[in-house]
Amino acid sequence: MQDYGSPALRRLLETLPDAIVATHADLGDATACVDPARIADVAGLLRDDPDLAFEMLTDLTAVDYLGEEPRFEVVYHFYSVARNHRVRVKARVPEDAPELPSLVALYASADWMEREVFDMYGVRFAGHPRLERILLYDGFEGHPLRKDYPKEKRQPLVGPQN
Amino acid sequence: MSEAIDQHSDVLEEDFERDLHVERQILNMGPSHPATHGTVKFLVELDGENIADIDVQVGYLHRGFEKECEAGTWYQAIPYTDRLNYNSAVLANVGFVLAVEKLLGLEAPERCQWQRVMASELSRLGDHLTRCGAGCLELQAMTPFLYGIEARELTWDLIESLCGARVTSNYVRIGGVKHPMPDTFPAQCRDSIAKIRELLADFDEVITSNRIFVDRLKGTGVISKEDCLRYAVTGPILRSVGVPLDIRKSEPYLVYDELDFDVPVGQVGDNYDRYLVCVEEMHQSLRIVEQCLVKLEHLGSGPVNALDPRVRWPAKGRVFNQMEELIQQFKSVTEGPRVPQGEAYFPIESANGELGFYLVSDGSAVPYKVRCRPPSFINVAPMPLMLRGALLADLIPTFDFINMIGGECDR
Repeated sequence: MQDYGSPALRRLLETLPDAIVATHADLGDATACVDPARIADVAGLLRDDPDLAFEMLTDLTAVDYLGEEPRFEVVYHFYSVARNHRVRVKARVPEDAPELPSLVALYASADWMEREVFDMYGVRFAGHPRLERILLYDGFEGHPLRKDYPKEKRQPLVGPQN
Repeated sequence: MSEAIDQHSDVLEEDFERDLHVERQILNMGPSHPATHGTVKFLVELDGENIADIDVQVGYLHRGFEKECEAGTWYQAIPYTDRLNYNSAVLANVGFVLAVEKLLGLEAPERCQWQRVMASELSRLGDHLTRCGAGCLELQAMTPFLYGIEARELTWDLIESLCGARVTSNYVRIGGVKHPMPDTFPAQCRDSIAKIRELLADFDEVITSNRIFVDRLKGTGVISKEDCLRYAVTGPILRSVGVPLDIRKSEPYLVYDELDFDVPVGQVGDNYDRYLVCVEEMHQSLRIVEQCLVKLEHLGSGPVNALDPRVRWPAKGRVFNQMEELIQQFKSVTEGPRVPQGEAYFPIESANGELGFYLVSDGSAVPYKVRCRPPSFINVAPMPLMLRGALLADLIPTFDFINMIGGECDR
């Protein structure tokens, strides 16, 4: 595995070689594919290493690769204001146990974004203080951004609980 | 006698100091409330008139933006991006198209890049005018709102002349823009810029040092730099705490590195700083638009679309006479470009902060994944932090100057 000149990838490969599955820097975006169980270690290193200083978890989303195994890929984008650099971290989780550790304790911005990923894909984040739907309502069935959820499907609108 | 009075006054003192707020009250605010410009619900737990806790509930405008984009071609997603932040539609167009161009490895012609920047800045101006104008209105100040909206009408007229529509302009194309700049545009634009500057001066005079306005904004909705970073807050809110982060400067895209403009920052991180940052950004946007006009006049007329065969539309005359061009036209209309397999994230500085698009292509003519990183959604998340312990009335200016746009927050 190479670091493609990215300080973040270099430090990850040096410090947590067993957690990194693959790296690439296609189109200039430094990317590390990591073991989902180790995501909190990776994020902690990215945040606390003074040379990396990724203070922000800017974006968190998932992609549904239906038909592949593991099926879901959770995608994190980190940004460092102090160093002005970015890194993308990806972790694959299987369909039968779509769960990985929550990053809320490290990055407060993960709170709402993890809830959105849970809402849209049904991926669970262990240790999240309040893993509930955020954009859809409580009575909604299924996870609409999964590729096997039909776009034309309609559901009755259930009123709010309170 | 004096003992009796003392005893009596003790009782009174006790009565006076007794805490009257024994029970907390839950107040439902929204989802449709006249004092919030956005469809959002606040569940406020009140201790007297103070906010003990607040739960922000979003999602009322969820339309399935990402699902819709993943069902059409790359081109068909562009009009949907207009409807994310409907105050500054061009910015979302530009963000999405730049991400697609990154996947295609394509660069738009120089003239097109300047036009995109000019349209972006007019959009940003319109967005800030709405934020500041509507913010004043919701604090019961009608006059500045009218100045702001008059100036916004001028910017929307300019956007109409440039892009063909006022609000949802659908202006940007992959590798280009819809129209070249009309010849009459520079004169109209300079005329409008002068009027907008006058209106901004009027706006400033009537409200910036107005006692009531300052009292309601100063020291309310304060957030610290550390909390901004933890919550990944960007845009005017982050700049109001003194962090000069602007993607136009830190990771310049299009031709922003050739432009001369300043990034205003605040000191305290309260609503008043956010207001001042937005006002100064409007002046900077006007400066950028003027520089774009000079540059575009210097560049003269010419193509605004890339000649890359994957995205180029053949000239109409050829379509009617030549088989290959007819086929190309047919393919362009029915499926558009096939984007190489891969993934790309492209951030731009929108009016509310970092607007990013994370795209995944499987090599087909249909996007596999379109993720919009919405600044509104992420900036609203730390709202309880800004409001715990504050007065209920502080909720209104705080929400106004966060400027949550439902279309972008809920997608």
